[in-house]
Amino acid sequence: MSDTTLPLPRLAAAEEAPRRTRARGYWRTVGRRLRRDHVTLFFVAVIAIIVLAAIFAPLIAPFDPSTTSIANRLKPIGYKGLFILGTDELGRDVLSRLIYGGRISLLMGLLPVGLATCIGGFLGLIAGFAGGWVNTLIMRIMDVFYAFPSVLLAVAISGTMGGGIGVSLVALTLVFIPPLCRVSEAATTQIRSRDFVDAARASGASSLSIVLYHVLRNVLTPVLVYASSLISVAILLAAGLSFLGLGVEPPTADWGLMLSTLRQSIYVQPVICALPGAAIFICSLSFNLVSDGLRQAMDIKA
Amino acid sequence: MVPEPVPRVAAPPPTAADDPRDRGGRAQPLLIVENLRKHFPIHGGVLGRKNASIKAVDDVSFAVLKGETMGVVGESGCGKSTLARILMGLVPQDQGAIVFDGELVGGERGLSLRELRRNMQIVFQDNDSSLNPRLPVVDSIAYGPRVHGMGRAEARTLARDLLRRVGLDPALFAFRYPHELSGGQKQRVNVARALALNPRLVILDEAVSALDKSIEAQVLNLLRQLKQTLNLTYVFISHDLNVVRCVSDRMLVMYLGQVVELGPTDEIYREPKHPYTQALLESRLAVDPRQRVEAAPLAGDPPNPVDPPSGCRFRTRCPFAEEVCAEKRPALGEASSHVAHIVACHMADPQSGHSRTAPSPQRAAAALVG
Repeated sequence: MSDTTLPLPRLAAAEEAPRRTRARGYWRTVGRRLRRDHVTLFFVAVIAIIVLAAIFAPLIAPFDPSTTSIANRLKPIGYKGLFILGTDELGRDVLSRLIYGGRISLLMGLLPVGLATCIGGFLGLIAGFAGGWVNTLIMRIMDVFYAFPSVLLAVAISGTMGGGIGVSLVALTLVFIPPLCRVSEAATTQIRSRDFVDAARASGASSLSIVLYHVLRNVLTPVLVYASSLISVAILLAAGLSFLGLGVEPPTADWGLMLSTLRQSIYVQPVICALPGAAIFICSLSFNLVSDGLRQAMDIKA
Repeated sequence: MVPEPVPRVAAPPPTAADDPRDRGGRAQPLLIVENLRKHFPIHGGVLGRKNASIKAVDDVSFAVLKGETMGVVGESGCGKSTLARILMGLVPQDQGAIVFDGELVGGERGLSLRELRRNMQIVFQDNDSSLNPRLPVVDSIAYGPRVHGMGRAEARTLARDLLRRVGLDPALFAFRYPHELSGGQKQRVNVARALALNPRLVILDEAVSALDKSIEAQVLNLLRQLKQTLNLTYVFISHDLNVVRCVSDRMLVMYLGQVVELGPTDEIYREPKHPYTQALLESRLAVDPRQRVEAAPLAGDPPNPVDPPSGCRFRTRCPFAEEVCAEKRPALGEASSHVAHIVACHMADPQSGHSRTAPSPQRAAAALVG
């Protein structure tokens, strides 16, 4: 360490760098990373199949999901080559009911989470950016909801409001608003203290412009990742509500409801009884794993 | 026929007063700060009542001349950064006036905050936190002009031009994200962002403190060059005394939220008058090992700004403290001109009653080193 001469500092502009003339957008990068993740891609495909089956249910389903048949009650899988997944206690085709039931499950998985993301995310953004008493007010109200376990809360809301699909949707939305609000608030609070927000304010920008241009794009990632992980929870909760008789009304095909009614036949046709549960499991697992892949893809700095 | 213009014998160097944006004339300081005060309240107890306050900035007055670099030095926590944030309007002052080029900031007839921010910009110390991680740097730079009504394409063109000015090839860097840049590159982008609104005054709040020494020198050179070409005035906040000496024309020394000494940089370095300034200058590391300082010239931490000492705030650490220092707050002498060297110390005031009124600085420094 005696007479080593320091190398001349290189000019920043001279550094090697890929030439880039167009904005490689954030979402484009996320998409490219997702395409390399084969596990996630597989489960995206599973979800796509469930979604397509739900959309085109009348075309795909071999039977009407609510046509009963006294003669064909609780028949095994592949019965007569017609009932591919057997029949239930009223002689309805289980495969057709599973396909139609996917509609309800997807609706219950996506809609409440979507609504809660908008409402909770917005509330969290306000609470986090405004700070002070606004933050205290919003977050303490959320804390009240936190005091109850989510299942209990959903059951309580559905129970008092009388059950049914609409009520289940409202109940699930209410259950998911507080956690999403909290995630959004935490992210916003963290971003708000960064110097670039001060710099933006110092250049004369209004709070609205700062939130829309600077804060939102930073808060969106954690909120979306968290919301995607809630879809599977929502599907499970919805199935649970139906199972308890607080969700979908009986003739409608729904996985939770099917599980509930087939339960009595578990010693007669155990495999068929397990089918709706398997559907719930696969659907919820797929959403969970895709959410996980999404989280990894969105973590650009890693 | 148009007569050929007579070549001027000696064209005066371009100064701030030739600036078309100039309003107050050459003699008008670009920025005057008068009795600026900011006390942050501390709330406590069950009811959250205010029970104390941190005296972050307390009665600070100074002026920044057009085209100069004003250095601001002091220990961590002495209120330098709060001062910068007040000047930018990011933190409202409790008291005091800011006058920009002869116009009072705020008030009904004064300069609006928005207008002030167009003329005054800031570069923060933390180059990473200063850039939006989700925006390509070209959009970070273009944001300011777009807020002030410039179109997207035009603002981006301006941003690319600014990138070139700060030494970053726009073809390579415009669409990069902050995490793809080094610390020095990020700080160059921050400088470009500060320049995007074509400001006249740039506050550099520890802008080079977080950089490697070699990168720091590059950025300092860049800042010096930009100052000339763009007619800028700097307020250069730093704790690095060597850097301040290198870049500032005048400087002020802050201690616990107050200005203790103010004057031309060369004069202060040659003949520091305040014991705190003397101690600060002593604490610099000497290049020559034979001039090594064994004992720290300043012992201990600064007092708590919640409850600063009475009278002179430095007296608890000052080797020359006497009774008068506890009784009376020394005034920061009357400035006869904007370039006067003034100091807030009883020893500099013959009427103060201090036994060492106006001692020779050499003696004082010798006594400090012990």
